[in-house]
Amino acid sequence: MSARLIWRKSLNVTMLSLTGLCALLTVSALFFILGYLMWNGGKDLSWNFFTRLPAPVGELGGGMANAILGSLKLLLLAALIGVPIGLLGGVYLAEFGGRTVPFLVRYTADLLNGVPSIVIGIFAYALVVMPMHHFSTLAGGFALGIMVIPTVLRNTESFLRDVPSSLREGSFALGANKWRMVATVVLPAASRGILTGVLLALARVAGETAPLIFTAFGNRYWSPGWMQPTSSLPVIIYTYATGPYEDWHRQAWAAGLVLLGLVLVTNILVRTFLSGGTSFERS
Amino acid sequence: MNAAFPLMGNTGSGASTAASKSRIAAESSATSAPGAGTLRMKVTKIDFYYGKNHALHNVSLDVATNRVTALIGPSGCGKSTLLRTLNRMHETLRHTRLEGEIALDGVNILTLDVTKLRRLVGMVFQKPNPFPKSIYENVAYGLRINGHKGRLDEAVEKSLRRAALWDEVKDKLHKSAYALSGGQQQRLCIARALAVDPEVLLLDEPCSALDPVNTAKIEELLFELKPSCTLVIVTHNMQQAARVSDSTAFMLNGDLIEFSPTGQMFTTPSDPRTEAYITGRFG
Repeated sequence: MSARLIWRKSLNVTMLSLTGLCALLTVSALFFILGYLMWNGGKDLSWNFFTRLPAPVGELGGGMANAILGSLKLLLLAALIGVPIGLLGGVYLAEFGGRTVPFLVRYTADLLNGVPSIVIGIFAYALVVMPMHHFSTLAGGFALGIMVIPTVLRNTESFLRDVPSSLREGSFALGANKWRMVATVVLPAASRGILTGVLLALARVAGETAPLIFTAFGNRYWSPGWMQPTSSLPVIIYTYATGPYEDWHRQAWAAGLVLLGLVLVTNILVRTFLSGGTSFERS
Repeated sequence: MNAAFPLMGNTGSGASTAASKSRIAAESSATSAPGAGTLRMKVTKIDFYYGKNHALHNVSLDVATNRVTALIGPSGCGKSTLLRTLNRMHETLRHTRLEGEIALDGVNILTLDVTKLRRLVGMVFQKPNPFPKSIYENVAYGLRINGHKGRLDEAVEKSLRRAALWDEVKDKLHKSAYALSGGQQQRLCIARALAVDPEVLLLDEPCSALDPVNTAKIEELLFELKPSCTLVIVTHNMQQAARVSDSTAFMLNGDLIEFSPTGQMFTTPSDPRTEAYITGRFG
């Protein structure tokens, strides 16, 4: 075997191992985090963790029921605010827009996507908290809702664009007008992809802390409605992890595990049940 | 009326002319097809532009009632473009312009509501394009969007029977249309178009994606539809034009070169370019 051939073969083997190793590192990062959380937080997870309010410092037990419910309420608000805007905006971009306007909207949406979450928090603070003179679930949901918009918008647009134009023609040829066509053919055909995108966007903002610190703030007790400050998983993790008590640290690990579990389960369910193929035939 | 239909005046059959007009004039959909020899559609000196591209030059065409009119010619000659102007499908594309007059039963189609026009002039496309819905919902689609009042089940069955598909699908009406074979899908698309009871059915190379057996089925179907529907078919396949059509138009580079009874066209073409094309010297 010539030296050149040996060199080529060894380069091939080296690069193959290197790329494989990097792929393995990516996967192991997740499993490492998951394992670490389980190790540190798993033993503090109990039924009480999901049903009780936080216990006063020094007292053992207690849970984070208010933070879990708070996070769910914030996500619900974020969905109510962000999804309709993102969805209909995406429909406009894919189906109705000309050339210039969609370009500008798309560009702006990408910029909005890149705005640091803490800046979105300040924005929500100025727009909702300041006029109301107090922190609230509403303000937190508003901040998260804004963060959901660009993801949902771009995702909806790309899934709508994937729908073959032959389906649009088929609908037009039967006398449908544009909105009728979109509502009865294109949206149903893309619904699985759109729903997947919505759930993934929500799972993503579920872990946002910065915009919640000065909008939803935090609450040691149940937040009765939408106009009061509320506890949430990311903020309570932040508070507990940086606090001085050993007990708090353990609780923070447990909360981290719950949050990650929530996001992971959503992701896995969505990918298993929704994105398993498109609902139209590809050419 | 006589100005738009000089041939009709010659026949002197006022009754059939009135019958053929009444569908548009009086919204009466119960009128049966008039006798042969009348014109369902008349294209008068149209010019068509895609942006700056002048795609059709001064084209005129008479579409006889309850006859099959074939449009043949090499790729890019404008035959599909001409077909698409007949139910204004070109309007779904940007930057298109149509000049001249197209009449359906003596009424300029540009003055009709486009929804209504496309209900009267249905279309079947090159590639089968069933919606990602059940077989039943595909056929019912046109009826639903046009606010059909009567019994849907009966209308769906009738259309599937007319498209010679009923026996093959009657046990799986609520299965996805994608479970059907390509040929069945194309007949489903024909059934879908027939459901709204069009006067004219435009077929844009309906067999180009099908094997010979399914092609034969579609051709047979065209014969069965002829007594109840006026057909215009674009085809790449000259044998097909010869088999199914009553009159044939040969197009080249956006010009209509020759339009004559099919038998005459394929035996004694009057234009040397037509002869060159049908004898296979180009295209």
